[in-house]
Amino acid sequence: MAALTPENFERARAIVALYPKARSALIPLCHLAQSQDGWLTPEAMEDIAALVGVTPAEVRGTASFYDMLHTEPVGRHVIAVCTNIACMLGGAYELLEHAEEHLGIAVGQTTADGEFTIEEAECLAGCDTAPCVQVNHRFFGPLDAASFDALCERLRSGELGGDVPHHGTLCRVERAVGLLATEGERGGDER
Amino acid sequence: MTDTAREQVAPQTIQVTVDGTPVPAVPGELVIEVAERAGVYIPRFCYHPRMEPVGMCRMCLVEVSGPRGFSLQPACYVRVADGQEVRTSSPKAAKAQEGVLEFLLVNHPLDCPVCDKGGECPLQDQALSHGPGESRFVEEKRHWEKPIEIGPLIHLDRERCIQCARCTRFAAEVAGEALIDFAFRGAHIEVAPFPERPFSSYFSGNTVQICPVGALTAAPYRFRSRPWDLEQVETTCVTCSVGCRVAAQSSAGRLVRYLGIDSEPVNQSWLCDKGRFGYEAVHATNRVTRPLVRRAGELVEARWAEALREVAAGVRQSDQRFGPGGIAVLGGARLTNEDAYAWSKLAKSILRTDHVDAQLGDGLPAELVLGLPRATIDDAVHAKALIVLAPDLREELPVLYLRLRKAAATVPVIECSTVPTALSEVAHVRCGYLPGEAQRLAGALVGDGSIEEIPGADPAEIERARAVLSALSGEGSDAAVGDGVVIVLGRPSLAEDARSIAGAAALLQRALPGARFLSVLRRANVHGALDMGLAPGILPGRVGLEAGRQWFEAAWGELPSDRGRDARGILEAAASGELSMLILLGADPIADFPDAALARHALEQVDLLVAVATHRDASNELAHVVLPVAGADERFGSTTNLEGRVTRLAPKVVPPGVAWPAWSVAAELARTLGNDLGCSSIETLSREISRLAPAHRGIDLDQLSAPERRDGIVAPLAETPVTLLGRRDGTSPRPIDPMATPGIFSVEEQGAPLGAGTALPVGGSGRRASSPEGARPPLLALGGLEALGLGGGAPGRLDAYSFRLVLRRALYDHGTLVQASLSLRGLAGQAVLAANPHVLEQLGVQAGDPVRCKSERGAIEVPIAPDASLARNVVVLTANLDDGANALVDAGSPVTDVRLETLA
Ligand code: SF4
Ligand code: SF4
Ligand code: FES
Ligand code: FES
Repeated sequence: MAALTPENFERARAIVALYPKARSALIPLCHLAQSQDGWLTPEAMEDIAALVGVTPAEVRGTASFYDMLHTEPVGRHVIAVCTNIACMLGGAYELLEHAEEHLGIAVGQTTADGEFTIEEAECLAGCDTAPCVQVNHRFFGPLDAASFDALCERLRSGELGGDVPHHGTLCRVERAVGLLATEGERGGDER
Repeated sequence: MTDTAREQVAPQTIQVTVDGTPVPAVPGELVIEVAERAGVYIPRFCYHPRMEPVGMCRMCLVEVSGPRGFSLQPACYVRVADGQEVRTSSPKAAKAQEGVLEFLLVNHPLDCPVCDKGGECPLQDQALSHGPGESRFVEEKRHWEKPIEIGPLIHLDRERCIQCARCTRFAAEVAGEALIDFAFRGAHIEVAPFPERPFSSYFSGNTVQICPVGALTAAPYRFRSRPWDLEQVETTCVTCSVGCRVAAQSSAGRLVRYLGIDSEPVNQSWLCDKGRFGYEAVHATNRVTRPLVRRAGELVEARWAEALREVAAGVRQSDQRFGPGGIAVLGGARLTNEDAYAWSKLAKSILRTDHVDAQLGDGLPAELVLGLPRATIDDAVHAKALIVLAPDLREELPVLYLRLRKAAATVPVIECSTVPTALSEVAHVRCGYLPGEAQRLAGALVGDGSIEEIPGADPAEIERARAVLSALSGEGSDAAVGDGVVIVLGRPSLAEDARSIAGAAALLQRALPGARFLSVLRRANVHGALDMGLAPGILPGRVGLEAGRQWFEAAWGELPSDRGRDARGILEAAASGELSMLILLGADPIADFPDAALARHALEQVDLLVAVATHRDASNELAHVVLPVAGADERFGSTTNLEGRVTRLAPKVVPPGVAWPAWSVAAELARTLGNDLGCSSIETLSREISRLAPAHRGIDLDQLSAPERRDGIVAPLAETPVTLLGRRDGTSPRPIDPMATPGIFSVEEQGAPLGAGTALPVGGSGRRASSPEGARPPLLALGGLEALGLGGGAPGRLDAYSFRLVLRRALYDHGTLVQASLSLRGLAGQAVLAANPHVLEQLGVQAGDPVRCKSERGAIEVPIAPDASLARNVVVLTANLDDGANALVDAGSPVTDVRLETLA
């Protein structure tokens, strides 16, 4: 939990070099930093600012715009419960309420053991499996109270480790810019 | 943006119709600008004429005709086209504007009764004029913690913010440091600095002035007054020599606020925080309110007559001991022009001494400043190339920095500096050099001087700079070489002798005869003081002592026979007992003269030390007589900025106690000496200057009072033809940014109508009846420079164990003004010695560890701080931060080398 590691700093430089304007690398670098710590630490945001030539306030301004980027610490598993129309009709609010009760936290909060954060999300494009949730951007649905509890159990036990890497892990960015040759290096279904 | 629009006014015009009235326009102009010219006000929030349009508040929606009929468009973002028709108040436009306002008010707390902006709030005003009148919103509004401190001077009330992005755009676009930005999204959006990185910009106060609601408030003004209780005058900021135009506002006899006025040629509506909040010093507790004389070792209050008699006795005693040369006058850079003229006349014609210097060894020789061809700020920002041989302008002349920073987008800037400055970031080339090598560097830039082996300089950078300059000389064959080049000239480091800079300037001038110079001496009216003759060998109106002798002797009487000493000469003479009496005109040499030890010794040695002062300071602690005078915002008169622009000052509050204007102290002192200075009022003084001072012919207070000349007149009139523009561009009936000039509007309405002014005919008001006989003396020209023996003084080699000292200045320091302003005093930084990280490693110390820094003159202990941008053989200290850094400098030597020792 800190600034970019030397290894990631080098990766970041390589990403910056891919763009005609350094500033364009801002969001890819936010993902990189988030994959390191699970969220964007102030130190990492300062590093990013220096790398792309903007101020830390601008990095935070940009990052905080996006729901997928977190500027505050989150749990190892960020559970985003969709409450948009298809899911709502399928019982999303009941699911959300159950989730809050089951984990003992409100939307936006993190469990004391640092395992789970609950978020409320707009349509995740998983309407066919409504009501659905994303855990660290991996899809699960349709869910009801019982299957939600079971999911939490499996997440907690690490049983889903391969499918659901820790929060922030995104292979797509690096793959898209050619920094990650082989899939599966990090694993996980990313759609 | 208005600059460019104005430049293009000639070429091609198109016709646009605004609310039925045909208006000529230029392609590229914004609908809102054209409507403004037609006298049609379109409501707006985010649009600011000095920043790029963003069209993000939608308040300015109007109907604009296009190929597919009329559509709603933001007037601040859409550019005009030929034949276009604009409807600003059609039912559709009015409904759109109403709708936008209703949305803006959805989350607005409407806590006007407890909001500082209430009564001068564009949101209130426009809700009244363009709003729906009633809200349909019954839901819960969003709530935030009310106001949070986002910077040391700035509070933010997020509930009131309407997300116009004026503040964030100002920070990024104008100030160049985006310390605040929008964070989060939708209803959660807020203006935010980065955690632990407060919005502590030198320009933060501008965001408060341009915020169209009460979201941003300035700590010094919060809850101090209501707009309808304010009285105001338009005057000039005299904190530094940029001379920004301001509205000084008071309530119940106390200054409470400064607002920037949009003076097109100078500050273009911006101010720095030191200027904006420095007014607090006017009401400080350390003001001198009554004359003080020393009795039994203590300064005690006295009556004016008694104090003046004491000074007069000192004058007579000095005359007996030394003849006329026994008296010296130091300072005067914070006086008005009229004050400076009166003191110059007193010193040179009655005290008969030429030992007079408004600068404190921290400037440049007066002959150089007055003799070089002058440039205005506008010349600089429109130059073909800028050579900047100056200190960090953001620290010393903040608003000039803003203007040059903006110019750097289009003008190649060649920066020559001892250490990187704020401008380096935008400079085309930065030529670093080791202090003392300025002259050689200049030689390499413009002459055939070798570009190799200039200590501290990188040949590749010099090559690039030369390429910029030679690309210019290719154009227009008959133009003088260097035509269109502007050289910004100041002292990059106080520990580098002025002679080296003067030598560099002389070289540049010889090689680029077409170039003009912008002097960046820092103190408020230093240029006016030099113009008025507060310098050795200079007489009022930029003439040399010999050249002007006949003319001025006819008017003033006998003048000193020889050129006098400059500040260093005066202090050296005083220290060695060759002076009997020293008068300080608001000067604090102990704090400001680069060689503190010499200054203190000198002040202690003289028989009589007289301080003419507004505030108590380290130097006047030692005085035998202290005479209280009126300071900023307390006096009539005029002031001169670094361009030579003369503007009118206006008082807003009365001086404390029995303080007099400084000119009347001079007049009364003359009377006490049985003489007559011949000036009974500020007007007579002003007319005398206009009549006698060759460079100020035709410039007097009457002229400056005309509404269209409130942006001032650049002296001398005949030589610098300028178009004097009112703060309205001459075509618009409104102030340039009605959002940011609350309260000023009413003043403008009371004044005479404004319009574009034109340069005045030479001779001005025609009151020339009693000028002396004979031809006016010629203005100083640089020809005399070599004769003065400037330049030279090559520094010795830097030995391997030593570091060359760079002594810089910081905007907030321990100077009198900052320390007397409650809101600013805490902002002065910690004194540190900056050095390359390699140096710390060598010494085996950590950042923050104290080290001993020793020169031939003295030693100080100061914490060390790493700075990777520095060369390994220099160290940087900041003057006047209570670490006594100026105790190290030897004013007599070209440079100061120091050694570092660790403390066991
Ligand atoms: S704080 Fe003021 S200037 Fe800044 S975005 Fe909000 S309303 Fe606009
Ligand atoms: S730049 Fe100078 S003149 Fe302008 S506001 Fe600041 S201190 Fe005053
Ligand atoms: S509505 Fe929930 S995924 Fe589309
Ligand atoms: S959108 Fe035009 S003023 Fe804001």
